[in-house]
Amino acid sequence: MSNKKIFIEPLFRNNPVTVLVLGICSALAVTVKLEPALVMALSVTVVTGFSSMIVSLIRNTIPNRIRIIVQLVVVAMLVILVDQLLKAYAYEVSKQLSVFVGLIITNCIIMGRIEAFALANKPIPSLIDGLANGLGYGIILVVVAFFRELLGSGTVMGIQVIPNAIYIKNGGFYENNGLMILPPMALILVGLFIWVQRSITKELIEKK
Amino acid sequence: MKAIRKLVDNIKPTFSKGGKLSFLHSTFDAFETFLFVPNTVTKKGSHIRDSIELKRTMTMVIIALLPALLFGMWNVGYQHSLATGANMDFWQIVLYGFIKVIPMVIVSYVVGLGIEFISAQIRGHEVNEGYLVTGMLVPLIMPVDLPLWMLALSVVFAVIVGKEVFGGTGMNIWNPALIARAFAFFAYPSHMSGDKVWVAGLTKGEGIVDGFSGATPLANAQAGLDLPSFQDMFLGIIPGSVGETSTLAILLGAALLLFTGIASWRIMLSVFAGGLLTGLFLNLVAPSPESYLAVPAWNHLVMGGFAFGAVFMATDPVTGSQTEKGKWFYGFLIGFFAVIIRVFNPGYPEGMMLAILLLNTFAPLIDHIVVQASIKKRLRRAVIK
Repeated sequence: MSNKKIFIEPLFRNNPVTVLVLGICSALAVTVKLEPALVMALSVTVVTGFSSMIVSLIRNTIPNRIRIIVQLVVVAMLVILVDQLLKAYAYEVSKQLSVFVGLIITNCIIMGRIEAFALANKPIPSLIDGLANGLGYGIILVVVAFFRELLGSGTVMGIQVIPNAIYIKNGGFYENNGLMILPPMALILVGLFIWVQRSITKELIEKK
Repeated sequence: MKAIRKLVDNIKPTFSKGGKLSFLHSTFDAFETFLFVPNTVTKKGSHIRDSIELKRTMTMVIIALLPALLFGMWNVGYQHSLATGANMDFWQIVLYGFIKVIPMVIVSYVVGLGIEFISAQIRGHEVNEGYLVTGMLVPLIMPVDLPLWMLALSVVFAVIVGKEVFGGTGMNIWNPALIARAFAFFAYPSHMSGDKVWVAGLTKGEGIVDGFSGATPLANAQAGLDLPSFQDMFLGIIPGSVGETSTLAILLGAALLLFTGIASWRIMLSVFAGGLLTGLFLNLVAPSPESYLAVPAWNHLVMGGFAFGAVFMATDPVTGSQTEKGKWFYGFLIGFFAVIIRVFNPGYPEGMMLAILLLNTFAPLIDHIVVQASIKKRLRRAVIK
């Protein structure tokens, strides 16, 4: 597989969230607002990319029986780095993301890519594969967060987008949708995206 | 009658295969079968021969809903006249209610049926008639002051996410009308609960007479205030969602449903039994006469949406239990949870919606247990040598 294909595939056709249905939990937790979702997407992209590359570099020296624990050490190291960076340079967002940055360790996409790709491929393709999967995850996260913030709070990136004048309390008719803020709506939105994607790429639909 | 039949037959080729408007086949088919019982018979499998089919069943439920709808209209006007102190005679009251309620019904039907027709066209299916009943249920379980666009959005959500996603009528897990209400309830809580939304005009700040609160009996019970008399609540002269207030009107509909055999008497009876027994038990253990636990058990049956849910929602043949024994458990648990949620959860004054949705989820499990138990019993009876 060419490097270009490795990069393109996970963005849409083989998206980790909508096709492989991995990493759903954090899609639900951090997508109420767009800003934390962007930061989360970036963090996950960095961690998947570099953990894949590092594991790929040492793949021939890791004893097979203890490979999971070695992978976890690599991932944990990167997550701690990201966490510390966020605390240092983006403290507010890091507080909003709270425990979910630490929980990147348990994100199924990371371990999935290491096991499925990095252990059998050279470092550069592994890096590309990791970054692309992180980006594929990030796209979904950002789209979900965009809709949830727009419809649930009337803002995008914290800036009021829906004009204040049309709200009921200001004499208009509009009201923010409270369900968008609640976690179930993230799953329903992801479900709707899966629906859209399957209508576009028909070969994703399982044979009966 | 014959003239209509002739007209339908005349325009039929236009909509059949090869005709000019053949892409509207589903739409035409929907109207034709709505007007006339189709002359086709099922070709495969064993089936019961009966003159009644889905469309006729649904029509019967709509007729059963009419008393609740008509009373709801009167009550909307009456509560408005109480709240504003306006001196209105009977016809003014009915007219006011009519003007308030009919737009809700129209919006619900236009939006819901619109989506049904479009999705049937896209899939090349027949148009499902399931929405006929849902479309009537939705306005009856909403507060009258809910803005119409919120109602429309709830219907869109309910029909698409609650029903079409699962494959249309007969495939849904949850009652679509309750999904619409749940959507509105969680998305726009300030328009679905509180003291002002139940009486037309209060949210817009139309004058309130001193001493009128607009609170539903459920809110009163939660706040520890006096309840309206049992008679008032039974007749339905209380604030509440449009169609749910009058237990009497609902029971009229229930009588029709039971007489025609459309709704299951087991479910209705067991829901009421579940609510009553749970209420009686709470009365026994109530710590003080002022606590919510001490609200007389029979009041639970006439407050809020209990009766409406028991008669029209819990008995939904698609989402309810299918086995006869399972229906008893299903209904009893709905009554039980409705009262428990009301009494113990201050966040939800009305528990009926959540109780029915919860048991909808568990209905297949209940059926599974009943069927497995029956198989086990029979196996034990059989002597294997």
